[in-house]
Amino acid sequence: MTALPHPAPPPATVPRARRSRRQLTPWLFLAPGLLMFSVYVIIPIFQSIWVSFHDWDGLGAMRWIGLANYSELWWDEAFYTSLKNNIIWLALYLLAVPAGLMIALFLNQTVRGIRIYKSLFFFPFVISQVVVGLIFSWFYAPGFGLFYALIEWVTGTGVALLADERYVTYGIIAAGLWPQIAYCMILYLTGLNAVAPDQIEAARLDGAKGWRMLWHVVLPQLRPATFIAVVVTVIGALRSFDLVSIMTSGGPFGSSRVLSYYMYEQALSEYGYRMGYGAAIAVVLFGIMMIFISGFIWKMWRDEKGA
Amino acid sequence: MFPRPIQTMSPAAQRTYKIVLPIMLILWLLPLLGVAMTSVRPSGDLAAGNYFGIPSRLAFENYADVFRNSPLAQYLWNSFRITIPVMFGAVALSCLTGFALAVYKFRLSLLVFFMFVAGNFVPFQILMVPVRDLTVDLGLYNTITGLALFHIAFQTGFCTLFMRNFIKALPRELIEAARVEGVTEWQIFWHIVLPLVRPAIAALSVLVFTFIWNDYFWAMVLTTGASTQPVTAGLNSLNGQWIAAWHLVSAGSILAALPPVLMFFMMQRHFIAGLTLGAVK
Amino acid sequence: MVHLRKGLVLAMLLSTAAPAFAQSRVLVFNSNASDPAPKAAFEQLVADFEAENPEIDVQVNTFDHEGYKTAIRNFLTADAPDVVFWFAGNRMRPFVDAGQFMDVSDVWAEHGLTDSLSSTLSAMTIDDKQWGVPFTYYQWGVYMNRDVYAQVGVEPADTWEGFLANCEAFKAAGIDCLTTGSKALWPVAGLFDYLSLRTNGYDWHMQLTNGEIPWTDDSVRAVFAEFEKVLPYVSANHAAIDWQDAVSNLVQGKAANYVMGNFAVASFKDGGMTDDSLGFMSFPTINPDIPRAEEAPTDTLHIPAGAKNPDDAKLFLAFAARPDVQTTLNAALGQLPVNAEATVGDDPFLQAGFEMLSTAEGGIAQFFDRDAPPEMAKAGMEGFQEFMVRPERLDAILDRLERQRQRVYAQ
Repeated sequence: MTALPHPAPPPATVPRARRSRRQLTPWLFLAPGLLMFSVYVIIPIFQSIWVSFHDWDGLGAMRWIGLANYSELWWDEAFYTSLKNNIIWLALYLLAVPAGLMIALFLNQTVRGIRIYKSLFFFPFVISQVVVGLIFSWFYAPGFGLFYALIEWVTGTGVALLADERYVTYGIIAAGLWPQIAYCMILYLTGLNAVAPDQIEAARLDGAKGWRMLWHVVLPQLRPATFIAVVVTVIGALRSFDLVSIMTSGGPFGSSRVLSYYMYEQALSEYGYRMGYGAAIAVVLFGIMMIFISGFIWKMWRDEKGA
Repeated sequence: MFPRPIQTMSPAAQRTYKIVLPIMLILWLLPLLGVAMTSVRPSGDLAAGNYFGIPSRLAFENYADVFRNSPLAQYLWNSFRITIPVMFGAVALSCLTGFALAVYKFRLSLLVFFMFVAGNFVPFQILMVPVRDLTVDLGLYNTITGLALFHIAFQTGFCTLFMRNFIKALPRELIEAARVEGVTEWQIFWHIVLPLVRPAIAALSVLVFTFIWNDYFWAMVLTTGASTQPVTAGLNSLNGQWIAAWHLVSAGSILAALPPVLMFFMMQRHFIAGLTLGAVK
Repeated sequence: MVHLRKGLVLAMLLSTAAPAFAQSRVLVFNSNASDPAPKAAFEQLVADFEAENPEIDVQVNTFDHEGYKTAIRNFLTADAPDVVFWFAGNRMRPFVDAGQFMDVSDVWAEHGLTDSLSSTLSAMTIDDKQWGVPFTYYQWGVYMNRDVYAQVGVEPADTWEGFLANCEAFKAAGIDCLTTGSKALWPVAGLFDYLSLRTNGYDWHMQLTNGEIPWTDDSVRAVFAEFEKVLPYVSANHAAIDWQDAVSNLVQGKAANYVMGNFAVASFKDGGMTDDSLGFMSFPTINPDIPRAEEAPTDTLHIPAGAKNPDDAKLFLAFAARPDVQTTLNAALGQLPVNAEATVGDDPFLQAGFEMLSTAEGGIAQFFDRDAPPEMAKAGMEGFQEFMVRPERLDAILDRLERQRQRVYAQ
């Protein structure tokens, strides 16, 4: 699009009324979307920050307590458990990127029926996380789950994965990786389609192959795909709520909580109506996410300027 | 092409590839196959401990049972009633915003655009308390309208990102030429740009359909009962009732997954085009 | 800012017209009876009330059982009905404190309910006023598989030592002495409550749940010391399963005892147990000097402060408190009427429960998550579950609960 000619600047003689109408036009087109988005997304962010400085049960009046919610978080073990689990989620979830690349490389062939294979490998991604959670709950269920039976067959004793605080988070992450790997795979398959064949051939003539070829020639060309894969994976990991809620409700004794679930638990679940405390947890999560969002925006801004 | 086409390799390698491919697929889909098998297993098999063997017969009545003994049909219907309006609403709004941000050069253009992009990535939890409050105050708590309005607003962020970049890539001359002819801005949007963004509309529609169909968090926050909850939240409460009845849980899960899966297989090209936007330069 | 937003969104909603009926005496009743049997029981209750008061039209909104617990927060403030379903004890305190429930002491006084409903008077009283009317309750206790007892050759024991000795015998036979499913947390609270009531008594238990006793106190440790004795005999993997899964353990003879509420009897019988094979007893005695207290959660009806028709709502509450009405309702629910003049159904487990509760001189507790404030209840139940899996962490658990206590009750 850099080749497009720049529109000529409007002649200085354009009447003032017409010029101001020109300036108004984009805002008219923006109005409905911008209004909805502000009301439901932008303004609530600031309201949540406001609520986080209050003690509020959602029924009575809000009571200003300053930073008390945050200082309570500082001493709250459950908060650290959630934070630690979020970090584990983030680290392990990123495995979806190389795993997706591996499957994409495996499937990037032109044998008969490969299109069907690609679709079937991909389609776990379109299944709702609720269903994925139920599928894996069955998979891990003590007594009759396939995974439980396999472990029992190999080691002699089964492991109730979702009831063991040592393994439960990893069990949930494994369920989350399944669709996420599929997503990364499709990003890379699309990316591989666009890899310049002449560069590959040139590198081949130079004797590059296998890992060296992948690392030095192919991966640099896949950079846009890698970037998007990392962004969606990081965001997916920090947003992880559905699987925790469906598979364990944060249990056993809170050991599989993540920040997003802990927030919901504090603010809206049967035993907690601490809107202010929940909002404070959400603000922390938002702060962590802002690091990644800022990075993303910064890159887009650079691309826009460069374009 | 990378990796090297398998056709250029030895016949042994080709044969291995053709054998490994289906095995990998079965392993990949193993949990799903297990659940599909459980969904047609008669409850008698489960009681007798036949969890993994061949089902004694194909019990398709499990599916009928799910419809007869639970409000699953109502949940599925609710999902459609939420998803389809959101699909139209979010795509329509983003056509307008995308057009505004791609075609006009004005001072705050980039700022507004980045606001849509950033808002699209925020954790839902930071919106939860105020959005729930707003919905209660509007009298829309536990209504399909309340849930759909939020979804339309939130999806507008993602759709705007997509639309704006798509329109930006259209040849600018078309618009400039129309302006010289004295065509109004609205007519440019309606008669020139809109027909050209049809592929983007298709891609966004399937994506939004899938995202909204699969939403669980907002359904839990903004709805409570069988008359309004979509199938994701519904499955969660049925899961509480169907303890130890895995044949029903499995059948319900498969039914809940079906619409987006069908949508995906029918609209595969658009779906992937939408999802991989930006993966190629 | 908020008002502006509301205005904007309202303006967007061009077509929202709520139907407004102009009937003089409408009574709106929000119920959580979503399961078929309770739903039918409540429909009957409403039909009987309308038959006696033909000028009143009762509109019932039925919510999903679990969803109700969140929904009530919203409809009490946003669009209050005239009568709502809820629970007794501290579970109703947030609504009373927030001024969302109406004081119904006049209903109690006018109809002599302080006598006929005396067993739950304390659970319905906050600040010397009554805030609702109880209509049903059900006992907790030890449900057992008699066939398993016969198979191992032991008799049910009514003392804790005897119970633990039996456990040893069951263990030798490869049977779980005590089963439970703690995935949803609350089943272990029943176990803790009984250990607490039997070790330190009703008054102490109430002080504990009212936040008057530090969780690090030796008296609390005494309860956990008894708790620890039974842990080797509890079903493994209980944290992975739900209470219904544990029902199958008892039904299939893999376990001998189950501390549960009477609502589980239907599940035991669905699984194939009969009045002969299923047994019931009061939780064994730990300290014989302590008067026997029992656990019986009570379900209640309340009038929201924002009710539009409070007069007819009070009529409805008085109706639901009447002995004949409670007899019919509880026969349909399969539970116990609260009114002392009502008649109990002839089911043996109901009869046993009624007998047990009416002779409990120690007192009747509601349940941990109704006696303790919600946040303390959640923290406590999580602690109980963790203790059952990792008893060596007792100190850390009690320290955590003590910090919770200091925070929750300070408010």
